[in-house]
Amino acid sequence: MQPTTHALPHPGVLESHHEELSFWRKYIFATDHKVIGIQYGITGLSFLFFGFCLVALMRWQLAYPGASIPVIGGSLNAILGDAMMNKSPQGGYFMAAELYNAFGAMHGTIMVFLAIVPLAFAAFGNLIVPLQIGAADMAFPRINMASYQAYFMGGVIMLVSFFIPGGAAQAGWTSYSPLASIIATDGQTFWLIGMVFLITSSLLGAVNFIATIIQLRAPGMTWMRLPFFCWAQFVTAFLLLLAFPPLEAAAVMQLMDKVAHTSFFLPTGLVIAGKAAEISGGGSPLLWQHLFWFLGHPEVYVLILPAMGIVCEIIANNTRKPIWGYKSLVYSVLVIGFLSFIVWAHHMYLTGMGTKISTFFQTTTMIISVPSVIILTCLFLSLWGGSIRFNTPMLFALAFLPMFGIGGLTGLPLGFNFSDIHLHDTYYIIAHFHYIVAPGTIFGLFAGIYYWFPKVTGRTMSEHLGKIHFWGSLIFMNLVFLPMFAQGMAGLGRRMYDGGATYANSAETIGIPLDMIHRNVSISHAAWALGLAQIPFIFNFFWSLKHGKKVTSDNHWGSTTLEWQTPTPPPHGNFLKPPVVYRGPYEYSVPGHAQDFTPQNQP
Amino acid sequence: MNTACPATPRILLRKTNLDKPLWEKLFMDIPYIVKPREDTGLYNAKVGIWLFLASEVMLFGALFSSYILLRVGAAAGTWPHGLLNVALGTINTLVLICSSVTVVMSWASLKLGNFGRYRIYQSITLLCALTFLGIKSVEYHDKFNHYEVIQTDGRIVDGHLVERTKDFDLAKKTGAVTLLGHFVEKTEAGAHEATAKHAEHSNITIPVAQIKKMENYGPWHSTYLAIYFTLTGLHALHVFAGAAVIFVIWGPLAGLWKTDPARYTNRIEISGLFWHFVDLVWIFLFPVLYLL
Repeated sequence: MQPTTHALPHPGVLESHHEELSFWRKYIFATDHKVIGIQYGITGLSFLFFGFCLVALMRWQLAYPGASIPVIGGSLNAILGDAMMNKSPQGGYFMAAELYNAFGAMHGTIMVFLAIVPLAFAAFGNLIVPLQIGAADMAFPRINMASYQAYFMGGVIMLVSFFIPGGAAQAGWTSYSPLASIIATDGQTFWLIGMVFLITSSLLGAVNFIATIIQLRAPGMTWMRLPFFCWAQFVTAFLLLLAFPPLEAAAVMQLMDKVAHTSFFLPTGLVIAGKAAEISGGGSPLLWQHLFWFLGHPEVYVLILPAMGIVCEIIANNTRKPIWGYKSLVYSVLVIGFLSFIVWAHHMYLTGMGTKISTFFQTTTMIISVPSVIILTCLFLSLWGGSIRFNTPMLFALAFLPMFGIGGLTGLPLGFNFSDIHLHDTYYIIAHFHYIVAPGTIFGLFAGIYYWFPKVTGRTMSEHLGKIHFWGSLIFMNLVFLPMFAQGMAGLGRRMYDGGATYANSAETIGIPLDMIHRNVSISHAAWALGLAQIPFIFNFFWSLKHGKKVTSDNHWGSTTLEWQTPTPPPHGNFLKPPVVYRGPYEYSVPGHAQDFTPQNQP
Repeated sequence: MNTACPATPRILLRKTNLDKPLWEKLFMDIPYIVKPREDTGLYNAKVGIWLFLASEVMLFGALFSSYILLRVGAAAGTWPHGLLNVALGTINTLVLICSSVTVVMSWASLKLGNFGRYRIYQSITLLCALTFLGIKSVEYHDKFNHYEVIQTDGRIVDGHLVERTKDFDLAKKTGAVTLLGHFVEKTEAGAHEATAKHAEHSNITIPVAQIKKMENYGPWHSTYLAIYFTLTGLHALHVFAGAAVIFVIWGPLAGLWKTDPARYTNRIEISGLFWHFVDLVWIFLFPVLYLL
């Protein structure tokens, strides 16, 4: 390295590249964290849309089992083949059970691993974290690029698997063995290889984020001056770093079961379709579940923590007052990070792993609700006495609080093993985790998109369309998921291909009230309406890129954090001069100051 | 805020950049690439490699945990012992320990500015890696050549493949196979590997017509072999990757020593940390798979 660059305390921020990079270097093989963040964002939003389309089709089958799919039934048959679609006696095509299972498995996989994690962690993390800590870029730009490319490859493999003979993986996003291992098609093999790519991508991302936050904080940016969003991302990165490798090990072992005919997860004496399986046996199906949920539970916090971070930033900004209990937030998020590693087996109460183990995990599960409640309470109390600006990002952030509250509180009966026995694998659990992730995390993501759009593009999104989008989403989200609690408590199982219609005729013997099964129709209507409610957003997003109102200031929302103290959009290298931090992240409405916000870099 | 860039520092920096390759210019702007940050005492890559190794610990930790669970869950008396060649395993352990020493010496040589000695030490490391992988493939080959044949009369022959007749075909039931081995005393149901070492070995020829099942000792043969191949295979991949990185720094990227010796030395430190981790995994693998 040249000595000149050493002599400067923060050399990079002065450096910007004025030789024009080619299109490929700039947008495809980009190493700039902001471009990579946008790549993640666009890919993640596309997968979010695709994952929604899968479930929109499944909702047709649930509402009207065996009825041919209108308009696109024929094209689906042409694309996916006869094995995946059944011909209806009235003409047209409806979904085969295999396709329903594949869509169900891939909806979960795509939403969790290809949409929400890349959006919440990688897209927002890449775009915002280096800016908020006052860094010129991520610590390892080329690893950052590799991380996106691995994610992209994983996504391509998952998509390709729809079109191979036999279709995509069908054993649910949890891929429990032996079911996952003994389905004769190759969908599961593709799923596993795709997962190895996605896990690799997350690992590279996690290493990069942690190293960046540890090493590249601007002078004066002490740990307790870090915006809460960065803390949330920091803990999230640790979860990904340490929880994903066991799933990678499990994926390798299940792959061995599929291709090398080992018996890691296949027990002795396994009988498939009335015939003893030709395997060595001796494996443990429970082992897969332990390894899967060792990732699976921290993954829940990977999904929610970044959204909490975004919501925290937006609430502080729009109440124009410091966040209430910043230190409690930070310690809570650290405790959540630690505890999330020792709650995994509450997904496994019904496996017969033993009451002592169940009791342990029930206890830790109840304990982890404490820091979650602390975070939510701090955010609620931050509203107290604030003069709130009800702009679109703030509406989404505000809606996040009760929606996450519903999702969290309905999780308690699932955390107790006695009540979980009744609710396990019903629509109740679907409703519970969708409240966390859909009106929870996705609202957080929408809030973040509306909030940071002016910084990334230099233009604002339309407030009118934003509010239409918000109210439509809020109403239909609840119409979709609220009735599912009732369905689940009535005993409706979550994986039924016909939405329980088989039991409609014998409802008395099974005990599922008929109106619970009929509720599938209204839920499906609400789900499709929820899809329509996203049209204002999609239009707003693309229209505002070109025609949105230009921002008049670099600090559009009057914010304190460093990402707003840069040019708009930030150039390569981010800052015009090395930022030095003098104060905490949420100094709003400080008495005696001329403005109602004091940026972190203001001496 | 003023969005126009101040012009002077930009020009100044570009001048110092002109003689650098493009990819290096792209990373100019990130601090602590070579020099450690004051409060952490670490340069970026060192933080990165330790984090990466933490995730590797979790990866191998999960596999070791699986090993424990599978072994504890195995029916009594079915977990095989003495299937592997302890002598070869011991040699491989020594080879890797030796390579760990040379990796440290090569880094120390660079710190002392002795590039030539670094190259010698690091080539010994590479030779050790090759030796290790060579011995490992001999062991793998031995397992794939090792057959268990269950005869139609219920007796079991266990031994290494000597030859197959030309018309050998399990499906058509023609031909014969010759194994250098012995008849296992117990029948199909029981364990037998433990007695194998002491039995007299001789050439046994079995006509295919008498074979009920013939299977080699691949990962499909038992859960023990499954975890053995998975763990050692993943470890061998790590050895290969580590050796590849060390080789690339040793050869194609050696030019950096002339332009930026501190950064070059750091690369040796980083790849060395990875190499030590790979060695450490083997230190656990060896007793767990070969001795216990």
